[in-house]
Amino acid sequence: MTTFAPGTFTPAPGRGSLPKMLFAHARTEALLTLRNGEQILLTVIIPLALLVALSLMSVIPMPEPRVGSATARIFALAIISSAFTGQAIALGFDRRYGVLKRLAASALPRWLLVAGRVCGALAVVAIQILLLGITALILGWRFPLSGLPWVILLIILGTLSFGALGVLLGGALRAEIVLALANIVWFVLLMVGGVALSVPVGFVHLLPSAALAQALETSVVYGTAPGVGPVAVLVAWGVVAGALATRTTKLT
Amino acid sequence: MPFSRRDRLGLPFVSPNPQPAVEVSGLVKRYGSKTAVDGLDLVQPPGTVLALLGPNGAGKTTTVEICEGFRSADDGTVRVLGLSPSDESLRPRIGVMPQGGGGYPGIRAEEMLNLVAACAAHPLEPKWLIEVLGLAGAARTPYKRLSGGQQQRLSLACALVGRPELVFLDEPTAGMDPQARRLVWDLVGALKDDGVSVLLTTHLMDEAEALADNVVIIDEGRVVAQGSPSELTANRADDQQLRFRARPGLDTSLLSAALPEGLKVREATRGTYVVEGLIDPQVVSTVTSWCAQQGVLAEELTVAKRSLEDVFLELTGRELRS
Repeated sequence: MTTFAPGTFTPAPGRGSLPKMLFAHARTEALLTLRNGEQILLTVIIPLALLVALSLMSVIPMPEPRVGSATARIFALAIISSAFTGQAIALGFDRRYGVLKRLAASALPRWLLVAGRVCGALAVVAIQILLLGITALILGWRFPLSGLPWVILLIILGTLSFGALGVLLGGALRAEIVLALANIVWFVLLMVGGVALSVPVGFVHLLPSAALAQALETSVVYGTAPGVGPVAVLVAWGVVAGALATRTTKLT
Repeated sequence: MPFSRRDRLGLPFVSPNPQPAVEVSGLVKRYGSKTAVDGLDLVQPPGTVLALLGPNGAGKTTTVEICEGFRSADDGTVRVLGLSPSDESLRPRIGVMPQGGGGYPGIRAEEMLNLVAACAAHPLEPKWLIEVLGLAGAARTPYKRLSGGQQQRLSLACALVGRPELVFLDEPTAGMDPQARRLVWDLVGALKDDGVSVLLTTHLMDEAEALADNVVIIDEGRVVAQGSPSELTANRADDQQLRFRARPGLDTSLLSAALPEGLKVREATRGTYVVEGLIDPQVVSTVTSWCAQQGVLAEELTVAKRSLEDVFLELTGRELRS
């Protein structure tokens, strides 16, 4: 028989401090992503390989300056990989293993559950962009610094919009279906969604992938503000996906 | 209920205004055309252990999840520590162990507990809790590789780490080995001694009998009986039982005839025979000699008061474990 000193469990309820909870949650989210081999392959290794391939292999059509254009597109791909595909798959399996319910049952406020995931995703994207940016500079990318604030804003906007789409997918369906769909969508967007290649078909510009790639290209290559069009497309997808996700996301 | 955090630590918990830990009245919950909870009432005094006992599908988890704020009621009222279950200020005050636990698939056991501990103002020491629950060897194991029993124990740790006033344990010992089960029982006892209210669900009679101050037996979403275990199993003088196990399908009519008037014999479940009424030494002797005539050995022969299982069987006509 196990005995406990009297008073061991005397109630002392109370909610932890909000910054501490947010940090603990975001840190956990980021750490788990970075520890997951498949996520690293999807979010870091493949984008790095494609960045090198697009920069060096002249058989792939790419507007000049070649490395700059490739960098902008791979930034977009990295964001889609991590905020959409990675987030959707992680959420699908997190629900399967009951973590959302577990955390919702703790003193963590519900809004913080979302905020922690967002901050975790932003931290991962920051690391991806840093690695890709350094590689691009080595490959000869000349970054007009005037574009830096725009690039940062676009990265955050892209992460939020694609994150909302990822939650919409990962929060509603069974984990295996999420896994399959999230990877298929990633591949389709990469090939014909205006990411790796410019697709001269009208409706492609209405896809969030093309919008993000196009907006990033303006700021990464020319250092100027992105056009209103692509930004509006990104915002619209994010808002609609976010609004739908709040209705369809299930804890388990 | 106002309370100061400063004087809470280290002092025995005295509720300044004793109100029920949980108060449910007229609770109704439907899933489509199926009524899972059908007008359920219960009151749990503060600082007590209440067991919701019933077979699978009786509405135990639905009831608990409504109290925890995970589901909404279709009708009736639920107050938890005097608050509505959807009240955000309630959640730091309750500890929840959902059925089957919950954790990030790739998170280590100790990381999961640290994360939940970070959400509390005065958490218990996570390292200590990991040790107490026998998880020290699995502290660095990813959640998805923990056994079912280990996941359950981690979930229990997560429920307790915030030092709550009220703990909900949904099937706390499901999937646990006997040692771990014993540990959970000891923990529930310690919680109660320290003034924590515990509401648990179980389909194990011995668990309810061992732990609960009050047992609410539910079936098909309704309360079929409630009271302390001793009240529920109270013996009237003529309400004793003699039970034994033997070959199934014995013809009990001869035994019936041989026994004094007022005693009833039945095969309660396959191979388990029950004689009910005033059991005296003469009755025991009659039963064993009848068995000898039949050429069978009466195994596990016991004279006992009714168990909660019998109460349940009597009230619903079904077995609890079914």
